[in-house]
Amino acid sequence: MTRSAHRPRRTLQVAGASAAALLTLSACSSSGTGSDKGSSPAKPSGTVTVFAAASLKESFEALGKTFEKQHPGTKVTFNFGGSDTLAASITSGAPADVFAAASPKTMATVTDQQDAAGTPVTFVRNRLEIATPPGNPDHISSLKDLTKPGLKVVLCDKTVPCGAAAQKALDAGGLTLTPVSYEQDVKSALTKVELKEADAAVVYRTDVRAAGDKVAGVDFPESAQAVNDYPIALLENAPNPKAAKAFVALVRSTEGRKALSGAGFLKP
Amino acid sequence: MTDLDDTTTGVLAEGLDARLVVQRGTFRLDITLTAAPGEVVALLGPNGAGKTTALRALAGLTPLTSGHLRLDGTPLDATPPESRPVGVVFQDYLLFPHLTALDNVAFGPRCRGAGKAEARAQAADWLDRMGLADHAGAKPRRLSGGQAQRVAVARALATRPRLLLLDEPLAALDARTRLEVRAQLRRHLAEFEAVAVLVTHDPLDAMVLADRLVVIEHGHVVQEGTPSHIARHPRTDYIARLVGLNLYRGRAEGHTVRLDAGPAITTTEELSGPAFVAFPPGAVTLYRERPSGSSARNLWRCEVAGLETHGDQIRADLTGALALTADLTTVAAAELDLHPGAPVWAAVKATQTHAYPA
Amino acid sequence: MPVPLLVPALIGLAFLLLPLIALLVRAPWRSLPEQLTSAEVWEALRLSLVCATAATGLSLVVGVPLAWLLARTRFPGRGLVRALVTLPLVLPPVVGGVALLLAFGRNGVIGQWLDSWFGITLPFTTTGVVLAETFVAMPFLVISVEGTLRAADPRYEEAATTLGASRFTAFRRVTLPLIAPGIAAGAVLAWARALGEFGATITFAGNFPGRTQTMPLAVYLALQNDPAAAIALSLVLLAVSIAVLAALRDRWMTAS
Repeated sequence: MTRSAHRPRRTLQVAGASAAALLTLSACSSSGTGSDKGSSPAKPSGTVTVFAAASLKESFEALGKTFEKQHPGTKVTFNFGGSDTLAASITSGAPADVFAAASPKTMATVTDQQDAAGTPVTFVRNRLEIATPPGNPDHISSLKDLTKPGLKVVLCDKTVPCGAAAQKALDAGGLTLTPVSYEQDVKSALTKVELKEADAAVVYRTDVRAAGDKVAGVDFPESAQAVNDYPIALLENAPNPKAAKAFVALVRSTEGRKALSGAGFLKP
Repeated sequence: MTDLDDTTTGVLAEGLDARLVVQRGTFRLDITLTAAPGEVVALLGPNGAGKTTALRALAGLTPLTSGHLRLDGTPLDATPPESRPVGVVFQDYLLFPHLTALDNVAFGPRCRGAGKAEARAQAADWLDRMGLADHAGAKPRRLSGGQAQRVAVARALATRPRLLLLDEPLAALDARTRLEVRAQLRRHLAEFEAVAVLVTHDPLDAMVLADRLVVIEHGHVVQEGTPSHIARHPRTDYIARLVGLNLYRGRAEGHTVRLDAGPAITTTEELSGPAFVAFPPGAVTLYRERPSGSSARNLWRCEVAGLETHGDQIRADLTGALALTADLTTVAAAELDLHPGAPVWAAVKATQTHAYPA
Repeated sequence: MPVPLLVPALIGLAFLLLPLIALLVRAPWRSLPEQLTSAEVWEALRLSLVCATAATGLSLVVGVPLAWLLARTRFPGRGLVRALVTLPLVLPPVVGGVALLLAFGRNGVIGQWLDSWFGITLPFTTTGVVLAETFVAMPFLVISVEGTLRAADPRYEEAATTLGASRFTAFRRVTLPLIAPGIAAGAVLAWARALGEFGATITFAGNFPGRTQTMPLAVYLALQNDPAAAIALSLVLLAVSIAVLAALRDRWMTAS
């Protein structure tokens, strides 16, 4: 199973962006389960520390388990959180191997400090959806519907990525929306809908997916104008660069993409 | 166990008529208390006897387990404390520290419905009567002990109670102030036309202030009567010690009382049956050698158990044939070379003893 | 002065003061005037002061009688009630906020009736901010006042009763003035706690400038992408609370 999974991945990565070349290489070397490659010095081992945006939690945890199975003797530890917070701890010297951010802007704060090794690659994209209580009781079918008077809508605060994206989508639709609250993060916005305190929230598709049947999702065309790129990068001072490369490779493999699209992410 | 000159029992149309029963854990207070208007009754007893409990029951601060309480013919058992025509002077006065003397006294009239100005006028009048007009604006912490006590009395009287309760009214005062305040309080109580009940463990306060004493021990009345009667006829060791008498109980036969435990005492009274014999410590004469020519028939061999100064005298506690206390002058004590453990002979003249039926 | 006491004391003092000093050292003094002239800052500050004061007032109105109940009456389960009253002290404020939503939210245990009977919804309103702050701050007041009540001599109330005062009059005219310093101290504690409240407020009342965005919320959100602005806002909050606490301390707490 592990072996067969490698072949298509390899082809795909060769065909990928030039920045992926390095990763392809590492993916090859890290795949050494056969005795012919047992002598390879690149065989991943030890602990990989991954800092990742909170929205990646479910899919990355699943991939972490896969990785540990594929590479016995390794262990993946995660630090999930707001991308800005994670970026701040990386630039302050937190010992991390991989950083997966929810926006290029936060990744930029890391690359600006020369803390990333190589150029970050966009590995998934996320777009917005409207979350409503199950059954969509207010019959919301478009972004414009959210401007109906009396409707309690929560948005993310403009200072966090989902809020900025929502603003972009509203601008694209030429709409003005006064929410009842600008929530501090996407999960809080979603919680307000889950508890039926708010009638709708503009959140990521992945969050709607993760909430299961506690909310319903409504797609809207303006979301195409506010698609969020998720970049991933190896870090300059990674304590375990070999294993880190292997993990990034797994994220970008077919298997990784399958897990991520299962969570609602879009292909880059 | 009621005393000879007990006052009238039964329902009184006026004054206080109470049977107070309060059960608290293992302690039980069960006393009957009556008093006529104008009468001052002192509840006297050792600590823990139940005096304060009785007072609180009268004020309604502690509920009665059973019994009854009537004041001027009106039952008060079920009346909450704020509706009882009862005034209380607490042991440490409990003057409200945030109010002036005037407002402390005006507090009662205000609560009983008087307007602010009227209540203050009444309060000013009471303070004036207590000689405290100059201190009306003072907060309690700036009043001396004696002044605070008078404010407390004024505060209690300002509600025009039909029953005035005083809990150890002089206990918080130093010796000199006490003398002066006691005299004043006596005057105020004498003027008071309704019933006053005061609680004290000090026999002097009780005897100076009260018309009648009710002695309580272990929750029960052990004796009641006028101060002079009780002083002359104590019925328990506690009262005897209070009034400074040696007291013994025995069986009288003519001029001799044979004690329940101990020798016989020769008396002047002629009695038969159970009896008490009492004599003051000053009636005892001590000798180091057995007095050969003494006519005293009451002569016992004792031993000094302890010595202490008592005013300008020495009080000796004796054990031996008869346990007793004896008072003697400092000079006499020195001449006798008294010290704990010294053997002595104690003599009491029959004329100095007092015997009465038990 | 004994060294085993002095050294830890100085370490403790330094530990408390250093972060505040760091805040001052790293403050963007040059851009400060610009940061503080934005209307949003003053809106947030005004809202913080109004809500903290209202929460303190609400805490006084219901917290003092609650403290009295705990200190002066006996009823079965009193110990349990006291423990429950102090629960918000240990509860993470965010959990408190969620609990408030479950109780007073539009869909909450009580909130649904408030909504359907009176048309009142509390989340996302300034009233919601006051409620969230009260929930978190009131235990400080209750604990403080209950302690003072326990230390106060209950016989003063009895004395008032014998003078004809009902229990309520005795409480109002005697007990209340006697425990005023304790109430003041408790109110100051509660006010300070309410002013700094974040978790319960943002969870229950959300975040909307001018309506529910108090200073701590503004600070937190500014921190996401403009740390300099967050520091500036924190300095304002710090200055205001120091000023108010110092003023109250001089006026009330030292007088007792």
